[in-house]
Amino acid sequence: METKKTSLYQLHQDCNAKFVEFAGYQMPIQYSEGIVEEHKFTRNHSGIFDISHMGQLFIYGGEDLIKDLEKIFPLDLKNLKLNHSKYSFLMDKDAGIHDDLIITKIKEGFLIILNAACKDNDFKILKELLGDKYKMVMDENRSLIAIQGPKSSEILNDVINGVKDLNFMSGNWFTFENQKVYITRSGYTGEDGFEISIVNDFVHQLTRELINKGSKLIGLGARDTLRLEAGLCLYGHDLDKDKTPVEANLKWAISKERISKGDFIGSDIIIKQLNDGVSKIRVGIKPEGRIIAREKTKIFNQSDVHIGEITSGTFGPSVNGPVAMGYVENEFSKKNTKVFLEVRGKKHPASICSLPFYKKSYVKGVN
Amino acid sequence: MSKVKYSKEHEWIKLDGDVATIGITKHATEMLGDIVFAELPEKGSSVEKDGTAGVVESTKAASDVYTPVSGEVVDTNQAIVDDPSKINQDPEDSAWFFKLKIKDPSEMDTLMNKDDYDKFAKETSA
Repeated sequence: METKKTSLYQLHQDCNAKFVEFAGYQMPIQYSEGIVEEHKFTRNHSGIFDISHMGQLFIYGGEDLIKDLEKIFPLDLKNLKLNHSKYSFLMDKDAGIHDDLIITKIKEGFLIILNAACKDNDFKILKELLGDKYKMVMDENRSLIAIQGPKSSEILNDVINGVKDLNFMSGNWFTFENQKVYITRSGYTGEDGFEISIVNDFVHQLTRELINKGSKLIGLGARDTLRLEAGLCLYGHDLDKDKTPVEANLKWAISKERISKGDFIGSDIIIKQLNDGVSKIRVGIKPEGRIIAREKTKIFNQSDVHIGEITSGTFGPSVNGPVAMGYVENEFSKKNTKVFLEVRGKKHPASICSLPFYKKSYVKGVN
Repeated sequence: MSKVKYSKEHEWIKLDGDVATIGITKHATEMLGDIVFAELPEKGSSVEKDGTAGVVESTKAASDVYTPVSGEVVDTNQAIVDDPSKINQDPEDSAWFFKLKIKDPSEMDTLMNKDDYDKFAKETSA
């Protein structure tokens, strides 16, 4: 199968991107300045991310749709206000995670942002569950870019007036060159920022204007180091079908009201795990020294018993040291528990720590 | 006069008497990206030609460092362990990795000179 290109492919090339195939797309992993500089520029200034490979699923409907989606997602959707967003999961009946996603209430129904590698399967699952009752559109005519970092609000507001007044995890329609763009205040870096859905024909011009105002294109490499420092999960690594939201330590994202009723896919397991506890749980892990423990690194306790595995690990440029997360047996998940990580045949000391590694600076909002 | 030679694994080696200084090439650092971790062989240990003699890691991945010749490790460069970004800044001089008392000078003959290496690097990265 031929790899797809986003509408910004030419711009990435012009900015000397190194490309990598990701979920069937040619995506920029980094530009000429490199991952560390791109990471720091985002933290200190403003970075633009092409995330057009992600799925933008519009589902159109009213009260019935809200009821039907509540059978699928563990969210209190009937009380979700217009233009407000929630983080959630598409689960199987055992509460295994098919995908993690952001769902936003729009006037005509819902907009769901899906991971690129999962979006086709998600569509299939949702179509099977909802049938032909609602119009469902995976919009390939729209691109998605994120602008993240402390200067982003000022820069984006200069180009699209009014965005600075958005609260965290809420959005609205704005206008750029007579085109309707949907902008939410959200992101995946631990910084204040926005995600912008815009028709493909205008994404290049918008991105150029943001670059002219001082923002810079940032690749997937820095996107990964930024999200890991912020303690955010990456699907296919920290989350998958063998893990539940409770095991992933994401129970904050499950509506308490919905748990009391328990009538969504996976609710039996979720309720059981909330009541009885889980055997494994996701934690932050800080290696001592500079050793980097990557995905699949085995974790041992002080008695040399295998107690878990790293699911994401890299060097955190803002922390200026290695950072990781992974799953350990519940009894070893307490903060400051000493563990050992087996890297290249040697065991290196590390400790369980709280997330994030890097403190968030989101704007105050409704959540 | 000492002469610098190069390996297919992108190490450079400079021989002074029977002591060789070894590091990774600028081309290697460009392929790796930002280097954030370096591990060196133990002083006093013996290494065999083409064997593993260290590790470098970028934000993306880990790569082994090989030794282009056999010998005993007589010195290592702690400065690059303390600040691995030095490897990106000055790979073919101050950011050397380790020094070897070499076992067999004829092993040097199996390595490439600068022109051949540059050609090799260009071809393999194309």
